[in-house]
Amino acid sequence: MAGSADQYSHRIANILVGNPESSAVLEITLMGLKMKAIKEAIIAVTGGDLNFTINGVLAPLWSSLTVKEGDILQFNGCKSGCRAYLSIAGGGVSVPKVLGSKSTDTVGGIGGMEGRVLKKDDIIPSNEQPIQDFKGIRRRLPDHLIPEYTNTFHLRVVLGPQENAFKEEAIQTFLTSTYKATKDVNRMGCRLEGPEIEHIAGADIISEGIFFGAIQVPKNRQPIVFLVGRQSIGGYTKIGGVITTDLPKLAQVKPGDSITFEQTTVEEAHELLREKEKDLSIMKTYSYR
Amino acid sequence: MKFSYKPAGDSSILMELEVEINESTNRRLISLADFIEQNEQDVFGEVIIGYRSLLVQYNPLQISYSQAIDKLKNIDVITDKLSRDEGREIEIPVLYGGEYGPDLISVASHNNLSTEEVISIHSESRYLVYFLGFTPGYPFLGGMSSKIATPRLEKPRISIPPGSVGIANNQTGIYPVESPGGWRLVGRTPVKLYNAEAEDPFLLHPGDHVTFKQVALDEFEHIKEQVASQNYTPNIKHNKNKNIEATS
Repeated sequence: MAGSADQYSHRIANILVGNPESSAVLEITLMGLKMKAIKEAIIAVTGGDLNFTINGVLAPLWSSLTVKEGDILQFNGCKSGCRAYLSIAGGGVSVPKVLGSKSTDTVGGIGGMEGRVLKKDDIIPSNEQPIQDFKGIRRRLPDHLIPEYTNTFHLRVVLGPQENAFKEEAIQTFLTSTYKATKDVNRMGCRLEGPEIEHIAGADIISEGIFFGAIQVPKNRQPIVFLVGRQSIGGYTKIGGVITTDLPKLAQVKPGDSITFEQTTVEEAHELLREKEKDLSIMKTYSYR
Repeated sequence: MKFSYKPAGDSSILMELEVEINESTNRRLISLADFIEQNEQDVFGEVIIGYRSLLVQYNPLQISYSQAIDKLKNIDVITDKLSRDEGREIEIPVLYGGEYGPDLISVASHNNLSTEEVISIHSESRYLVYFLGFTPGYPFLGGMSSKIATPRLEKPRISIPPGSVGIANNQTGIYPVESPGGWRLVGRTPVKLYNAEAEDPFLLHPGDHVTFKQVALDEFEHIKEQVASQNYTPNIKHNKNKNIEATS
């Protein structure tokens, strides 16, 4: 499965440059990226702070920017978070749709640029749709909508579908302990380590679909949280799932970060989601300087 | 038999049947999934078919959890009355053994059989595609004889070529794209299970049946050329129920 790991940053990046929210963007991880603008463009960078510079000078995140032909754009290092998103005004990155999507699935080698990550000398095609005229006004996301990433993440979860496969103490352990992200963090999932989460009878279930945010506990009793690039099917117990409002945070977890979980209900989770959408729709209505 | 419904995060519902894994369960799940994908795209998103469950994504900004369950219950009542497609039967040509099936010998020795016996047992059965997953178009097939069941390799291979036919315990499968994997490889098909350029990129669909036909190297090469020049037509039989009106 494919798509942006942090769909909040993806949407905001597009809104800031006047694109439809789901236009294709670039996802940049800790590995970094250096590229040259071959024509003038309006862009925005959101998500993790990966030391984004234009011609060697730090450039603002969560804001629309104009780059000129020949400008050097670089992501080099990491101040906070794990993944940054770069949008281009005029409809975003222009690659053919595969299975109805412009996303890249590097596991299956499908979509995007030949189903792979970008490499040296790639030219990123962008759409040529009319650009919204901002009359030179820079659009910026209001501060209260900008997420802050530290090295500790607090994620709210709905228990299930297999919470009954765990001992009562095990669920308490899961909800009260701090887990650390191991080095195995990628677009498929985050392997965590911490106090063991003990099953009643075993970790195996009959294979069923896996959702974005699912927290699987296999035989070794250590949780794995699935991200957007997850496999579609799995045969291990899932103790819970991260709520939609907190999924963008999950995508910014990097190796060594600490994670705690808090139980919530489906109804509370939906209320949080509605509040966040209200904030976003207000923001979409106005231009910010 | 009624489904149980459980939350899977705050945007998906897992609906599950406490029944044995069999063909009629699979068909019930497929007709539900098809109905949701064709008629309910405004509130429901992706549907993933499992052996005896469906994972259904819903949009919480459009519909509450309990409303979504009520809707799914109604859809189950509607689709239960629909007659169901028997699915298609697709013949997959396979070159067994040699460099294309390096584990054929270990499958034979594990089961005290000759390699010829393994080939004839593997190609005699009719297999049901329960669902697709793992990599794009990877079919989870049911119906393999336990006589050729063999555990996975202790050390998975880093790269397996597309078209490889493998055995893992009492399951058999076909790798649609290059990927790592621990299944024991008994042969290879020249036929593409996944083709990004095709109008329908997947050769197999849940509910289809698969048979394997042994081919020799010259026929393998011949089919391979036909596939490359897009002149290959797979051998597909359409099996339909008498009282059927569903799409195929």
